[in-house]
Amino acid sequence: MLKIEAVLQPSKLDAVKDALLEAGIEGMTILEARGHGRQKGHTEFYRGREYTVDLLPKVKIEMVIPDDMREKVEQAIMGSARTGRIGDGKIFVSRVEEAIRIRNDERGETAL
Amino acid sequence: MMCTRSKLLFLPVFLGFPALALGLTAAAPAAQAPVTQAQISALQQAVQNAQSAGDNAWMLVSAALVLLMTGPGLALFYGGLVRKKNILGTMMQSFAMMGLVTVLWAVAGYSLAFGHGNPFVGGFEHLFLHGVGLTPNTDYAPTIPEQTYMIYQLMFAIITPALITGAFAERMKFSAMAVLLSLWSLLVYCPMAHMVWGVGGLLNATGGRFPSLDFAGGTVVHVTSGVSALVTCIYLGKRIGYPQTAMPPHSMVLSFIGACLLWVGWFGFNAGSALASSPLATSAFVNTHFAAAAAAIGWVVAEWIHNGKPTALGAISGCVAGLVAITPASGFVQPFAALLIGLIAGVVCSFMVFAVKSRLGYDDSLDAFGVHGAGGTIGALLTGFFATRAINAIFGKDVPTGAIDGHWTQLLNQSAGIAVAWGISIVGTLVLLFVVDKIIGLRVSPEQESAGLDLSQHGEEGYDLNS
Repeated sequence: MLKIEAVLQPSKLDAVKDALLEAGIEGMTILEARGHGRQKGHTEFYRGREYTVDLLPKVKIEMVIPDDMREKVEQAIMGSARTGRIGDGKIFVSRVEEAIRIRNDERGETAL
Repeated sequence: MMCTRSKLLFLPVFLGFPALALGLTAAAPAAQAPVTQAQISALQQAVQNAQSAGDNAWMLVSAALVLLMTGPGLALFYGGLVRKKNILGTMMQSFAMMGLVTVLWAVAGYSLAFGHGNPFVGGFEHLFLHGVGLTPNTDYAPTIPEQTYMIYQLMFAIITPALITGAFAERMKFSAMAVLLSLWSLLVYCPMAHMVWGVGGLLNATGGRFPSLDFAGGTVVHVTSGVSALVTCIYLGKRIGYPQTAMPPHSMVLSFIGACLLWVGWFGFNAGSALASSPLATSAFVNTHFAAAAAAIGWVVAEWIHNGKPTALGAISGCVAGLVAITPASGFVQPFAALLIGLIAGVVCSFMVFAVKSRLGYDDSLDAFGVHGAGGTIGALLTGFFATRAINAIFGKDVPTGAIDGHWTQLLNQSAGIAVAWGISIVGTLVLLFVVDKIIGLRVSPEQESAGLDLSQHGEEGYDLNS
């Protein structure tokens, strides 16, 4: 089982969610986050002083998937989230040791 | 030459006409009977009662409008400008004034401000509102109950110390603030109010040694609070992390709502200072609105040119600056003078805030000095220039009022008023700061400042959106 974490632009959330559902993903967790990569942030004004705001709003989608769905999920996310500009986001893939369904104690890939 | 018989014939004719007239009169309806003195007196009383009813209605509404300016107007305006962890603490400071100043005013404040005393402060004849009933006080407002006048003035006494809280936002202890501002209202506000508006006051427009034109409190409210704010923020020191850390408003939405409430409430503040429902009140109402609008535009344009973008904060700050500047002038100037006063205040105050403040380095967190201190000073001077007998012949019928009437020395009188306001504010506030700091301690500890006033001073959280 693999955990996919994708940090995205908030405006891309709906498109990515739809693409993932179409790809056959049945569960995901969505978090509101703030951060930046090489995208520097933007300037805001307060009382005539310019401030750099480098904690930009982001959205993070997390899901745990069977190994064989990995490429499908990566393509779904990249296809729907990519604009070609800095700030598109990142995908992280990591290994998951166990998954448990709380309702009935199912374990392993059937719990996903 | 008539013979006697002919003359005798004329008699009945001569007597006949009046008799006929009387006869006709007697036969006509009672409306033709001569009006009695009693009826005239009754009519005069009825007219007076109608005037009083109109005046009292307007004055009670005005008092309510001015209270609205503090709560929630100022509470929201200031509240939105601070960081989220300090919202309740900030609002509590305004609310505390609503409670504390009311009690102090009833006990001694009204007497100290409006009693008969000396040129500097009133006496104690109205302690505990003794003698303040429902009949008019002809010294001040001859057509409304004295209690209406008293309660109207109370709302001014409430908002003035509340304005100061903007300078020391996010770092003062609640207990110290309560004591400091309570004492300030008695020892700085009441004497200043007495000097400008009280009978026999040094700066009173009618009869004072330096007759100062201050219609609704440019010096009494705004210069005193603004200068006291400057003194306090310098004494207290900057917030931890200022100016390197950005401390932008946590909710411009709240500040926006607060500013609009201030704009509308200010109609009570200025137009109500006519103390009657009169053409002068109309004049003040119009001037107030015009100045607010012009100043908002002035600040926004200045900011747009200087910083590159027009901000919502600039717009609402501009409108408040205009309202402050027109406060002393509202019942003395023509409408187009009001536009000009607003425009000047908007531009000048904007520079105070985004150029002068950062250059001088003081942390006047919510620009109490930049807007109220500077705006009030400018407004008081411009009042001396633009005041005209065409609007308010306060010095006497056909007597010139301000510089545009030819009375240039009025500018000197205005300067005297401004100087007294600055003086009493600096001295009074410094003394109080020193005393309260020694006894209670003014500033919160660094940990408390980090945690925020809501938690450290009140054990509460302003927003618990996840509950």
